[in-house]
Amino acid sequence: MAEREPIRQGRRRYSPFWVFLVVVTGGYLLFILGMLFATATHSSPGELLKALQSRQIQHSIYLSLLTCSLTALLSLLIAVPAGYLLARANFRFKALLESALDIPIVLPPLVIGLCLLILFQTSFGGLVEKVIPFTYTVFGVVLAQLVIGAAFAIRTMRGTFDQLSQRPEDVAMTLGCSRGGAVWRVTLPAAGKGMVAALSVAWARSLGEFGPILVFAGATRMKTEVLPTTVWLELSVGNLEAAVAVSLLMVVFAMLVLVTMRWAGERW
Amino acid sequence: MIELIDISWVAGDFALEKLNCEVPDGKYSVLMGKTGCGKTTVVELICGLRIPVEGRIFIAGKDVTLKPPGQRGIGYVPQDGALFPTMTVREQIGFGLRIRRRSILEVEQTVKRLAAELGVDHLLDRKPPGLSGGERQRVALGRALAVNPKVLLLDEPLSALDEDTRDEMAELLKGLQREHALTALHITHSSRESEQVADCVLRLEGGRIRVEGT
Repeated sequence: MAEREPIRQGRRRYSPFWVFLVVVTGGYLLFILGMLFATATHSSPGELLKALQSRQIQHSIYLSLLTCSLTALLSLLIAVPAGYLLARANFRFKALLESALDIPIVLPPLVIGLCLLILFQTSFGGLVEKVIPFTYTVFGVVLAQLVIGAAFAIRTMRGTFDQLSQRPEDVAMTLGCSRGGAVWRVTLPAAGKGMVAALSVAWARSLGEFGPILVFAGATRMKTEVLPTTVWLELSVGNLEAAVAVSLLMVVFAMLVLVTMRWAGERW
Repeated sequence: MIELIDISWVAGDFALEKLNCEVPDGKYSVLMGKTGCGKTTVVELICGLRIPVEGRIFIAGKDVTLKPPGQRGIGYVPQDGALFPTMTVREQIGFGLRIRRRSILEVEQTVKRLAAELGVDHLLDRKPPGLSGGERQRVALGRALAVNPKVLLLDEPLSALDEDTRDEMAELLKGLQREHALTALHITHSSRESEQVADCVLRLEGGRIRVEGT
């Protein structure tokens, strides 16, 4: 009797379905890597060093790091309560509120800048500006970043709270906590990973923010110039090398934040 | 005794109307009923996690209808234990006492006593991901009992356990109820579970609770 051929289980892994998924994902990834590689090889370490020695660019790096970090923290302060509200509360017009909170995500960034500029031209804006001047200042940079960064952070926190059961909070309440106390002691510590994710998404979005900052805070060197503004200013005077160098720097910052946050998230 | 008098509660399409019930003092009562009939809602109303639209709730003779959950003298163990995700077993069991600002010594003594009673004293430094289903329920029980409640409310506490563990836990629950002289209300839809623990069987059907047997 002829021996039976063993069944080759491994063949299933290469079904056309999985090949299709790998080709689509791999194609997209290759395109991104190609883009970054082309940009990286367009510049030389000397050019990068030269750009880094410029006082204006140094100031822009400092301002970008400062404003992005501040914006990320402020975004989290908004995102935690808003995310919790959306995840736990049921009320009329909730869907409407959810859509409204997504407005900054769907609006063209330039339009957000214009809206901010107009808001601060109103009598309400005038009153606010008497206390904190936003238009064409560093505060304006933070506000412009915050409008968009917070919207992304809220989405992240909402998803985080959606995945955390409310039961442990309920139990904490039967043990003597108020609802706020239960959230503080039980839910927030469990939402650590989500908070790290919200911080990183707000930071990364803020680092790339350009349109609203340009319109609302301006592009004044050594004052409201952040890294995307630098790229634009250098490009507009034909200094492609400096623009590429600053762009690479932003890629490095973004990668660092991504890796650090992922590391922090895993350790939580 | 737990007493519900003309309790009404509404959420969307679901409603309980004029619900009346008496859970006898110092007995182990089981509340049975079909899925979705409102058993969990009844327990949540007694806990104070939901506030009735009308009616009164009495626990040990006191009107607790509008009292916050922490002041009702109850212990609550939900279906999967609902342990606090980031705390160790030691922190879980001591939680209620820490909220009540009891001394560190008292918290530590109570945690040790309950952990030994429940057979989880070797797990005190573990967090929930390192616990089995049965261990989780034991910790949840310890956490509820630490504040010395008069009433223990158990919402399908055994449903997520395998058969052997279920029998073992049923025995433990019954023993604890006697030992601590608790008024227990245990929700289940398992007749076998009910036979194992119940002194009194209540059935929720068509928006009414009736005594099925004692």
